[in-house]
Amino acid sequence: MKDGYELVYKRPDTLLSKRMHYCPGCFHSTMHKIIMEVVDEMGIAEETIGVSPVGCSVFAYDYMDIDFQQAAHGRACAVATGIKRSLPDKFVFTYQGDGDLAAIGTAETIHSCNRGENFTIFFINNAIYGMTGGQMAPTTLEGQKTSTSPYGRDVKHVGHPLRMAEMVSQLPGVAYCERLVLNTPANVRKAKKSIKKAFDIQKQGLGMTFLEVVSNCPSGWKCSPVQSLDFVGENMLKYYPLGVKKDVTANSN
Amino acid sequence: MSKKEIAFMKGNEALAEAALRAGMTGYYGYPITPQSEIMEYLTRQAPEYPHVTILQAESEVASVNMLYGAGGAGGRVMTSSSSPGYSLMQEGISYIACAEIPSVFVNVQRGGPGLGTIQPSQGDYFQAVKGGGHGDYRVIVFAPNSVQEMVDHTVLAFDLADKWRNPALILTDGAIGQMMEKVELPEHYKFRSAEDMRDEKPWATNGKKGGRKKNLLTSLNIKSEDMERKNHELQAKYGKICDEEVRYESYHLDDAEIIISAYGLSSRICKKVVDIGRAQGMKVGLLRPITLWPFPSKKIDELAKKENVKLFMSIEMSVGQMDEDIKLVVNGRKPVHHYGRTGGIIFTAEDILNQIKAKI
Repeated sequence: MKDGYELVYKRPDTLLSKRMHYCPGCFHSTMHKIIMEVVDEMGIAEETIGVSPVGCSVFAYDYMDIDFQQAAHGRACAVATGIKRSLPDKFVFTYQGDGDLAAIGTAETIHSCNRGENFTIFFINNAIYGMTGGQMAPTTLEGQKTSTSPYGRDVKHVGHPLRMAEMVSQLPGVAYCERLVLNTPANVRKAKKSIKKAFDIQKQGLGMTFLEVVSNCPSGWKCSPVQSLDFVGENMLKYYPLGVKKDVTANSN
Repeated sequence: MSKKEIAFMKGNEALAEAALRAGMTGYYGYPITPQSEIMEYLTRQAPEYPHVTILQAESEVASVNMLYGAGGAGGRVMTSSSSPGYSLMQEGISYIACAEIPSVFVNVQRGGPGLGTIQPSQGDYFQAVKGGGHGDYRVIVFAPNSVQEMVDHTVLAFDLADKWRNPALILTDGAIGQMMEKVELPEHYKFRSAEDMRDEKPWATNGKKGGRKKNLLTSLNIKSEDMERKNHELQAKYGKICDEEVRYESYHLDDAEIIISAYGLSSRICKKVVDIGRAQGMKVGLLRPITLWPFPSKKIDELAKKENVKLFMSIEMSVGQMDEDIKLVVNGRKPVHHYGRTGGIIFTAEDILNQIKAKI
């Protein structure tokens, strides 16, 4: 209670009060916030090290008030492997986009998952290269127009979009894998629970925890934030179905 | 004083043993000939060192980035490779140099370019001493010429990497890596984990415990002014390294008229050249750079000034790389020649002597 009002909502302490560089309507800001809410609620800000990628979220460290390393393009999982192996009692996560994780960094992603590294991967899949100006990503949908697929993604020419959550869930080293979306308040709350669960599993040392977030890119998709939500709901989620792909703790619950 | 521990070991294995004794907390590598014995030895010794991470990565690209993470977390970390694999690491080394993460690299050189040959070479000199990756940066480079120096330089590389927050490289070759010699092993450092080194590495990203401000390790300086400031800081550091860390060996240089310069394996042969030449009445001496960067420029300048010095001869297992750095210092005051073989073909002392005689 403060001045007769009950405080029911506030910025998490570990999310710095800074104007974000993200475009209006982008899910990055929401994702940053809920990760930091979980870090605050678990009281692990002093024990958490983040790894930021190359891409729009390279500056995640500007907003999250925890130790951070910035990795070379695609190498966040290798960097996180080095950190976690050196500091096995700390919480370590990577925060990566689709170009970073599913194109240039595919090998590091797959092998870190396969080794069962005990860190958490936050994979933000918005089907486009945002920072470089809207080029085709490994997860760009069939027919989707980007600056390097101006007539729409031709799967005969460049292959089909990669379903990373389904791929990594096949690997024995992965303990927990879920695909989430942040397009409604209910889904945001759900995602927050999954983040907490991923950190809990990381603490138990059960293996890799992989959360894919189906995201948006109003600027890259050349639409309004509201229209981008429609695209997520109508197109992205059809190809990228939500849900838990793997959970080694499911039977013990 | 404790009893000396003497062993008869292969260069690669002695280097690996030295790394363990130097308190290495993590090794991240990928197999490649002629240096695979390093990770083989480490994985064999692993049960004795349960606190040391020894991890075979999926590629050299992954290895170097694991080093970034583990060194950034505050560990004493090493990777090793041979020429093509070391090329793959260059992007990561550039990032590591900019983020100033202490880390030790080993390049047991083989012949190139390309996939080349698995025989020894000194063809990676330029890559080693000029940075190797993109941007303005330097790596401290050691050039061991014996199994003993594989050990000594490894220990030193870990210490200097920490001291200067900089990558340090052992630039050796397939012959030194594979040969067996008597070696005196160093005493074990007391093992300390990344967490144990928290106080002496206040910049490390190990969790902002005790209310300290968050640490950030990045090579991104997107504002022009920030990037230039960072470059000036790095250059100032490199200047200090040049002042403090130059190492070389002089062999019969005092009255020498012919200055041979050679490092690593070539320098062993060139010592013999000096002995044979002297026996034949030639006033020949050897300057052996032990650190290739920082380079013994002051010593070369001093020699170039001497009236009795007639010429410099750079002997390398390459078509000529270090001779360019000698020429930069000599700056036209004396002739600087080069003689080299490639592809793993190693010159004899007689070959070298004949080449010198042809120049005088």
